[in-house]
Amino acid sequence: MSVATAELGVDEERLPLIVTVGNPNTGKSTLFNLLTGLRQKVGNYPGVTVERHVGETTLGGRRVQLVDLPGTYSLSAHSPDEMVAVDVLLGRIGDLGRPDAIVVVVDASNLRRNLYIASQVLELGIPVVVALNMVDLAESRGIRIAAARLAEHLSCPVVPLVASRGKGIDALKSTLADTLKTNPVPFVSFSTTIRHAAAALARELAPAGEPLDPYEVERALIDEGGYAETRLQQRFGAAAKAALGGVRAELATGGSLAALDARARYAWINHAVDGVETRGAARTTTSDRIDRAVGHPVLGTLLFLLLMAAVFQSVFAWAAPLMDLIDGAAAATSDWIKATLPAGAIASLLADGVVAGVGSVVVFLPQILILFAFIIFLEDSGYMARAAFLMDRLMRWCGLSGQSFIPMLSSFACAVPGIMGTRVIADPRDRLATILAAPFMTCSARLPVYALLISAFVPARSYLGGLVNLQGLVLLGLYLLGIAGGVLTAFLLKRSLLRGPTPPFLMELPPYRLPNLKSVLYRMWERARMFLVRAGTIIFTVAIVVWALAYFPHWDATTQRFAAERAQAAQTLSGEELDAASADIDHREAATHLEESLLGHIGRAVAPVFRPLGWDWKISAAVLASFPAREVVIAVLGTIYAVGADVDAESPGLVARIRASEWPDGTKVFSLAVALGLMVFYAFCLQCAATVATISRETNSWRWPAFAWLYMSLLGYLTAFVVYRLAS
Amino acid sequence: MTLDQLEPTHRGRVTALTAPAGLLQRLMQLGLLEGTEVECIRRAPAGDPIEFRLLGYALSLRRDEARFVQVEAVS
Repeated sequence: MSVATAELGVDEERLPLIVTVGNPNTGKSTLFNLLTGLRQKVGNYPGVTVERHVGETTLGGRRVQLVDLPGTYSLSAHSPDEMVAVDVLLGRIGDLGRPDAIVVVVDASNLRRNLYIASQVLELGIPVVVALNMVDLAESRGIRIAAARLAEHLSCPVVPLVASRGKGIDALKSTLADTLKTNPVPFVSFSTTIRHAAAALARELAPAGEPLDPYEVERALIDEGGYAETRLQQRFGAAAKAALGGVRAELATGGSLAALDARARYAWINHAVDGVETRGAARTTTSDRIDRAVGHPVLGTLLFLLLMAAVFQSVFAWAAPLMDLIDGAAAATSDWIKATLPAGAIASLLADGVVAGVGSVVVFLPQILILFAFIIFLEDSGYMARAAFLMDRLMRWCGLSGQSFIPMLSSFACAVPGIMGTRVIADPRDRLATILAAPFMTCSARLPVYALLISAFVPARSYLGGLVNLQGLVLLGLYLLGIAGGVLTAFLLKRSLLRGPTPPFLMELPPYRLPNLKSVLYRMWERARMFLVRAGTIIFTVAIVVWALAYFPHWDATTQRFAAERAQAAQTLSGEELDAASADIDHREAATHLEESLLGHIGRAVAPVFRPLGWDWKISAAVLASFPAREVVIAVLGTIYAVGADVDAESPGLVARIRASEWPDGTKVFSLAVALGLMVFYAFCLQCAATVATISRETNSWRWPAFAWLYMSLLGYLTAFVVYRLAS
Repeated sequence: MTLDQLEPTHRGRVTALTAPAGLLQRLMQLGLLEGTEVECIRRAPAGDPIEFRLLGYALSLRRDEARFVQVEAVS
């Protein structure tokens, strides 16, 4: 009884739902942000990884819920990803319910293609408002649209807007408020024949009592070979496919039902637009002029290479002063703690575990911010699509398409969003090959490892009057190595396990736009927060665990033995001799404690495996500890060397401590050969629990992540071995 | 003539499509259907893909996809 009442209560309280739909690059997200503010909930739709943006606003004194669908050119779905739009509009996503109104965002400078999806949405029997966006851009191109007459043709309200400057938002809000009150359903229908056939087929296919939306059947009928058809087939078996084929042949004798449908829609669109759109003489826009340079075969390729080189040089050069600042602050805090607190486990935990561990990861935040500033700017400006245009031929050589370029490029920041971004790739084989190649791209977590090893072992030599430096070149080399690993992996997979026909590659090249500073900063902050949260949880936890492994058991017997030695030295020696002797005793005491520690035991147990790579047990232990998240290696090395090295020396920093590390016979552990081998190991090895989990979810199996992990780890080990042998 | 043979700066009008089902629908939904005027803007450095302008926007197609679109020259 109480449950029933509660359910009824929820139902009564359900906020009216408004969904925004539209083509990519129409300013749809900008409009959504304007309507809801930045306080939106971002999550995923169940079963797929399409981002789900939900927000709330007040319309005419009434709270409403808003959902932003991913940008799409039509409701014809070719993948589970694209099917989300249909499912939301049909109210098939459990907690959302059926929409009460739909806002179709339309680019005024590109009306005909944008109205295609409007023609599909207008048929759903749900109130529609068309938001005619970017009317300023259209006018600058000599395009004028009579909104009122367009509204008559579409049988729904049309509101002109400039979302980027907030113009027309109030009009859109009041129109939506009216729409929710009066509930006007548009009367647009393209083929009643298809509609009736779909309804009949739905009744025939679904057993009594089982719900099947006739619109889903309509989509399956029209979108031959699409995802709606696949889903019906999964649900009702091969009979469904045969039935669909039969109805199609009946409705489109000798032709294609999809083609008939598309022709009918464009005929309707042309009829509507001819009367309402006036076009002046075509003008060459700034965007066209930029494209002439960017699209030039020699100039454009040069520009692309220059841009990429500039990104990597600046990530290294510009971040340095900020990194020094953070480094200095962490060291000062560490020293202050040791000077203030009595020596013992607590002081060591705070100074060597907490501050040293987390500080040495946070120090790389400046580099990550600079890298993301570039990536977001390239994306928002429209250059990313040109890069895909430029790279398609090259990507196809390894069996992929320009579509794989964007997920791969995102993987330079982090493989997790990159792998999730592969959902846009319609072809399952291409998608899988991209997923397995993406973790090779140099992600932001590899950057700190490279930065540390490069600044420790690669001389800071400059060439061409300081324009190019050797450290930057080595970093560029490591990025290229990652690309080569990914490309070769995709190449081999597409010629063996994932062989198949080539899928189509159709891509819009949007006009160039100056990115909105506020949105670039907001997204940079989002990335920085994600990195910091990760640094603050996983890395912090690992830092503390590793500190504990390195500190305990901390035998009293050892401490007492060295205390006795120290007392003896104080009696027999004096002056500089005493100082030297106590420093030596301190050093040996720390080293003994570390050797006796749990980490020391584990490190020594696995060290023989890594001995062929030139690693000692400290490196082996650090590498093992970083398998859950590779950036952890910095924190672990920081902890190991802060605990094990000469703690009382004038805080020489991790770089100096690593450089000074020695084998028992006095030779240096870290040579250039070991450092290069270690960098190559980190370039290839899959040390990221989040990536493994994402691959598992995206491929819906444990086979592929297991394959990726084994393949990449073995490749890392073997190449590190070869590089070490060749370089030493 | 097929669309991939259209030289940069030249224009053509679509007369027929010979693509298989899935590709055919995608091409038509993007506006590449009988009667649409298309201008070839440029080819990528390797000659593939090709950038076209139609209905006021720019679209990139591969040679292998443009081949399925029959066009007649427009002066």
